[in-house]
Amino acid sequence: MKFSYFPGCTLKNKAKDLDNYARKCAEVLGVTLEEIENWQCCGGVFTTAKDEVATKLSSVRILKDALKKEQALVTVCSACHNVVKQTNYAIQNDKEFAGKVNRYMAEDEYNGETQIYHYLELIRDVIGYDKVKECTVNPLTGKKIAAYYGCLLLRPNSVMRMDDPENPSIIEDLIRAIGAEAVVYPYRNECCGGYVRLEDAKLSDKKSNAVSESAKKAGADVIVTACPLCKYNLEKSGCEIPVVYITELLAEALGVKEDTNE
Amino acid sequence: MSNSKKYLQEELIRISGVNPKKCMRCGKCTATCPAYDEMEYHPHQFVYMIESGDIEPLLESESLYKCLTCFACVERCPRSVEPAKLVEAVRLAAIRKQGNNRLTANDIPALLDEDMPQQAIVSAFRKYTK
Ligand code: SF4
Ligand code: SF4
Ligand code: SF4
Ligand code: SF4
Repeated sequence: MKFSYFPGCTLKNKAKDLDNYARKCAEVLGVTLEEIENWQCCGGVFTTAKDEVATKLSSVRILKDALKKEQALVTVCSACHNVVKQTNYAIQNDKEFAGKVNRYMAEDEYNGETQIYHYLELIRDVIGYDKVKECTVNPLTGKKIAAYYGCLLLRPNSVMRMDDPENPSIIEDLIRAIGAEAVVYPYRNECCGGYVRLEDAKLSDKKSNAVSESAKKAGADVIVTACPLCKYNLEKSGCEIPVVYITELLAEALGVKEDTNE
Repeated sequence: MSNSKKYLQEELIRISGVNPKKCMRCGKCTATCPAYDEMEYHPHQFVYMIESGDIEPLLESESLYKCLTCFACVERCPRSVEPAKLVEAVRLAAIRKQGNNRLTANDIPALLDEDMPQQAIVSAFRKYTK
């Protein structure tokens, strides 16, 4: 099975593990991720204003490229996923916006045809947790893992449609599939402060601490995330337990993690 | 309401796609807002101040730059008002004015550290700069 893949700029730089292990694990699970050519950064956050058009065109080009190859599109970074998905939704539901977008495009019209999967959805809906169980050579038995959803994977649910926005289970189900224990805690879908760290680091520290304290209190050994900014904010604010990418954890279980010393 | 005020109000409603008249003033958006402590005007106040045309104070407010775009107020509003879209519209009205960029490339080196993801910087530029 082949899918178009949009890694995004952070996964090419500070979050190389998120990208590298996503590809490796996909191969083990029987899926090939073909990187879109000449993609550009999605901008990291979706601008909800209807008259913002140019800032959304990089996402449209990515979606169009996948359509041309007749493939569904896979994203891994929570932020990329949110931006690309919200852009696609706007094209499907706002005719005026779609018209403006298409006037920028040289060739065929794009009307939101591309199907988008976040990596977690690819595992749940295409690969299946049974396949993950079957391929797990190093079950993480006894490890207590807290899933950190943050905001961008789940909200707004009218667009994202990934899971129940207030009581999600998509990451916990994956944690269980690789043999570990999923720790459910109150702040798993609350914000870490995001980009506001650049404007007000104290605000971001406060929000991040609330998340990591909540996870720790519930007994977690480690927090997993799919968002480089969530990871950075939690670590920067002095989180006492390790914060790792979900793909890195999966790679450990599937036996494709490099220099594992566990 | 003066003509220019009326125009700004209509513009904010148009680009946000929000209908402030749907708001029933329950305050749930504000109760769930993670930036509550740092905001001078809260999400429900954005909604009614725009509805009543009292927009100048919002344009000048630091609250615009404290919103985390976490969509909690959008998700949890029982009337689907989507206050964050109004906050975004006012923020754009503020930073689209010449000379009103909140963040410039010159500010970045002092804020950087070795681990900061690219995502933090591009996102901040999307929110603070035109
Ligand atoms: S979210 Fe970030 S990493 Fe992903 S492409 Fe967009 S800006 Fe780049
Ligand atoms: S929790 Fe923070 S970094 Fe994470 S998705 Fe929300 S805003 Fe982004
Ligand atoms: S999107 Fe902004 S205004 Fe709405 S809850 Fe989040 S921080 Fe508050
Ligand atoms: S939650 Fe919705 S209805 Fe309630 S005050 Fe906020 S915008 Fe108005």
